[in-house]
Amino acid sequence: MNGQLVTQDDEAAKRRRRRNSIALGLVLGFLVLLFYVLTIVKMGPGIISQRDL
Amino acid sequence: MAFVEDSNSLTVTAGGARVEDYVALLKPRVMSLVVFTAIIGLLLAPSGINPVIAVIAILCIAVGAGGSGALNMWFDADIDAVMSRTANRPIPAGRATRGEALALGLICSGFSVMILGLATNWLAAGLLAFTIFFYAVIYTMWLKRSTPQNIVIGGAAGAFPPMIGWAAVTGDVSLASCVLFLIIFLWTPPHFWALALYKQGDYGAAGIPMLPNVAGEQATKTQILLYSVILVATSLLPQAIGLSGWLYTGVAAVTGASFLFIAVRLYRSAGAPQMKKVARSLFTYSLSYLFVIFFALIVDHWGRMIGWIG
Repeated sequence: MNGQLVTQDDEAAKRRRRRNSIALGLVLGFLVLLFYVLTIVKMGPGIISQRDL
Repeated sequence: MAFVEDSNSLTVTAGGARVEDYVALLKPRVMSLVVFTAIIGLLLAPSGINPVIAVIAILCIAVGAGGSGALNMWFDADIDAVMSRTANRPIPAGRATRGEALALGLICSGFSVMILGLATNWLAAGLLAFTIFFYAVIYTMWLKRSTPQNIVIGGAAGAFPPMIGWAAVTGDVSLASCVLFLIIFLWTPPHFWALALYKQGDYGAAGIPMLPNVAGEQATKTQILLYSVILVATSLLPQAIGLSGWLYTGVAAVTGASFLFIAVRLYRSAGAPQMKKVARSLFTYSLSYLFVIFFALIVDHWGRMIGWIG
């Protein structure tokens, strides 16, 4: 076994990469939603009160 | 890509760390305590805050704490591999690389500080940034390996979250938030030294100068007792500064007396088996102690606000 390289099954590696990509996508989607909600909460009341004027 | 190497073979784990390993790098158990104490600071603060902003603030503090945890695991991978308590963490277990931990730590730290600043105010964001810096650089890179007072000074990092929660609401640092800071700051030494007493073999093997390894068991037990006395006295301060009423003070007095009782039992314990048993019970009790007194603080505060208690 000395110096031997044992590579994980390609399918397992693909599945792992796929799961990581989905997780990363979800995190990015969550960040987009977070910034949207943050903008509405921070700026929304000001915009509504201006419209009332 | 993660590598596990032994004398005979090299195993390559292709595809990088799993999602669960990234989560483990964020130290979710530590994060839960940080979230709890940050919520306490946020709820005790006198002025109101938009609930959505409050949730975002807590999320930022949690992610910031997670980022500092990942930076800690990045730097401490060598000593984590030696200690039984930490040997199964993603890096020493070969499920993640140091580079992955560093990247995760930096990204989480940067984003959490930036978003907290945008959502609340830059004082809270600055405090969060300082906390991450203090834990990752001052504690992990410097104090932890160089002085037996590591967790006394380093404990400040864990004591900041309620202050950050408070600052997120009010935009300032007040006497009340300093008292919350002090309670956790003084709670940290007896909590971690109790752990160090029954895990001193681990710390010794890793070359970390924890107090029991450097000053001996008796000196550690004395220090635990002293800090416990100061902690219990400090835990009674909230009523003196108008942050709480009698309900909290009663709970803090009773749970504090139990804390002192176990600390005295530890001080008087003779022989390694008994000492380790009492040290373990103090470690476990200290966790529930902090939870109970902070929960009592909230119940007392809100109970007085809505007129349930006088």
